[in-house]
Amino acid sequence: MTRHAPATARDIAVVAFAQTDHRRTSDDLSEVEMLMPVLHEVLDLTGLRTADIGFTCSGSSDYLAGRAFSFTLALDGVGAWPPISESHVEMDGAWALYEAWTKLLTGDADTALVYAYGKSSPGPLRDVLTRQLDPYYVAPLWPDSVALAALQAQALIDAGDTDESALAAIAARSRSDATANPHAQLRGPVPQGAPLVRPLRTGDCPPIGDGAAAVILAAGERARELCARPAWIRGVDHRIEAHSLGVRDLTDSPSARLAAERAGAFERPVDTAELHAPFTSQEVVLRKALRLDDAVRVNPSGGALAANPVMAAGLVRIGEAAARIHRGDSDRALAHATSGPCLQQNLVAVLEGDPR
Amino acid sequence: MPEVLKAPLVVEFPFTRSLGPVQSAFLTGLRERVVLGVKTRDGRTLVPPVEYDPVTAEEIRDLVEVAPTGTVTTWAWNHEPRRDQPLDTPFAWVLVRLDGADTALLHALDAPGPDSVHTGMRVRVRWAQERAGAITDIACFEPYDGEPAEPAGHSGEFDDAVTGIVAAARLDYTYSPGRAQSAYINALSDRRTVGERCPSCRKVYVPPRGACPTCGVATSEQVEVGPGGTVTTFCVVNIKAKNLDIEVPYVYAHIALDGAGLALHGRIGGIPYDQVRMGLRVEPVWTEGARYPDHYRPTGEPDADYDTYKELP
Repeated sequence: MTRHAPATARDIAVVAFAQTDHRRTSDDLSEVEMLMPVLHEVLDLTGLRTADIGFTCSGSSDYLAGRAFSFTLALDGVGAWPPISESHVEMDGAWALYEAWTKLLTGDADTALVYAYGKSSPGPLRDVLTRQLDPYYVAPLWPDSVALAALQAQALIDAGDTDESALAAIAARSRSDATANPHAQLRGPVPQGAPLVRPLRTGDCPPIGDGAAAVILAAGERARELCARPAWIRGVDHRIEAHSLGVRDLTDSPSARLAAERAGAFERPVDTAELHAPFTSQEVVLRKALRLDDAVRVNPSGGALAANPVMAAGLVRIGEAAARIHRGDSDRALAHATSGPCLQQNLVAVLEGDPR
Repeated sequence: MPEVLKAPLVVEFPFTRSLGPVQSAFLTGLRERVVLGVKTRDGRTLVPPVEYDPVTAEEIRDLVEVAPTGTVTTWAWNHEPRRDQPLDTPFAWVLVRLDGADTALLHALDAPGPDSVHTGMRVRVRWAQERAGAITDIACFEPYDGEPAEPAGHSGEFDDAVTGIVAAARLDYTYSPGRAQSAYINALSDRRTVGERCPSCRKVYVPPRGACPTCGVATSEQVEVGPGGTVTTFCVVNIKAKNLDIEVPYVYAHIALDGAGLALHGRIGGIPYDQVRMGLRVEPVWTEGARYPDHYRPTGEPDADYDTYKELP
């Protein structure tokens, strides 16, 4: 089954995007207090009020801050009473956007609010993320997120796909590009630092921090009313690798490639790609899998190496790609989101602006 | 702004998980110092073995013993082991393809330093002293320069096979309640109950959570409520709670403090349980050093008229 919007389906666009400043800690704010300004900002960009929104979908994980049912408290910031049409995914907000996109395709709603947030600062993030692993053979060993990424990085080095200086160059380019992104957590020169889990150095790893993001989707003429240059979603697809790490070729990402193909990414070149590659080595894998050459502007926002609010960073990629189309800096962009160890799950969206 | 409140929060969750037939054989095998793989129809041997072919999704049950020796396919040096990881001295994370297997197993490798580890190096299983049928029955791998070990051809049938695992997990957080709840908790330590008013609908939330769920806007105007209040509804508790030193039966009630837009809940004392009623006027009872009221007791005022609290949930 293709995940292109069928020819007869309605056109759906990202019409607004907002995000917090991403910070190492936000312990002065609860989750809803952190999220609410972003919800207000994204609504203000379109002039919509909560009551005008047809469908609301969010992504977050209670494990990050150790707060049960935190997403229900976060809904307070939306204004969800009287009851609204609403859904939640225990995944990055990119997957909430995927659900909202399909909801709009059905014609059940004309507008959708999608948001995501993550407070990683209250918990030991590297250990928290081990709880998503195979509970029989892997989770009892507590292999943390950096360790698993380091195994992938070493496999890439062994295969001759990269080396430590190439990885350092990816880190430097990302933080340098982030100087133009006022929301980024790491900007400008950042030392590569000591090995965290060799071969990965601290500079190869994303910052740990708290943040939130929100986008608004709208269908057809509604999108044109709300945004001067909507970022039309031409396709979205999500694919998964086999869950056992030892079964996979860690130097490649067939699931990302297939998702891109099904989303229509290879039909025409893109000028921009926002990749959710939290570790430098993962950009190497994704560039190869997604066939991105040097003509494509990769992660002009600085990417996840500049700000990686877990559960929101994938949605931020779609938002950043859409915002470039809104501003006229891009005509056709690829946005990618990942979840799980070593790029286990991959979502690709293709966005386009109207011809100028 | 007052100091941000913080407190340790430990979340522990011991999951009891049942095993499929292939997982059961594999983990039982580890207990008996036997490593089993599973054959796919196209002849590959998967270690660790799974219940379903990762490519075709077909059910696979054909168990085969592989060697406890193998080859590192990738590695990463962990100079600072974390709390629950396999070794408490620096070690290498490794994916190991055991002799006879076509896929690799994740575990730890005990080695003197990163310079002694490389992809392609030969290793063997070091068994844990005490084994229970878990992946941790492999203590770790260790460097090995001998010939591949010969598997004994175990059938995968065991007496007394393990059928489940208990996967314990503990995560340590630092909880911070945020602005609105910090203000509420700070006021409570002065024996005052302070809610927040919605600037749009004017409702006063107690305890405040920072947002009005009806209007979706921040609450910020602080409003002291109580100390008196009205029982809006209640229940009689007949089950003694673990670790709670309260005689049953007792009454747990929703109490709308005077000036609050919704009720909070608390225990009612100082009155026989079967005399508590809707509309009963109550006030908080504090104990020395407590951070919140121990319970609420009757004030002796006449009962509140139903119309004064019927809109308060």
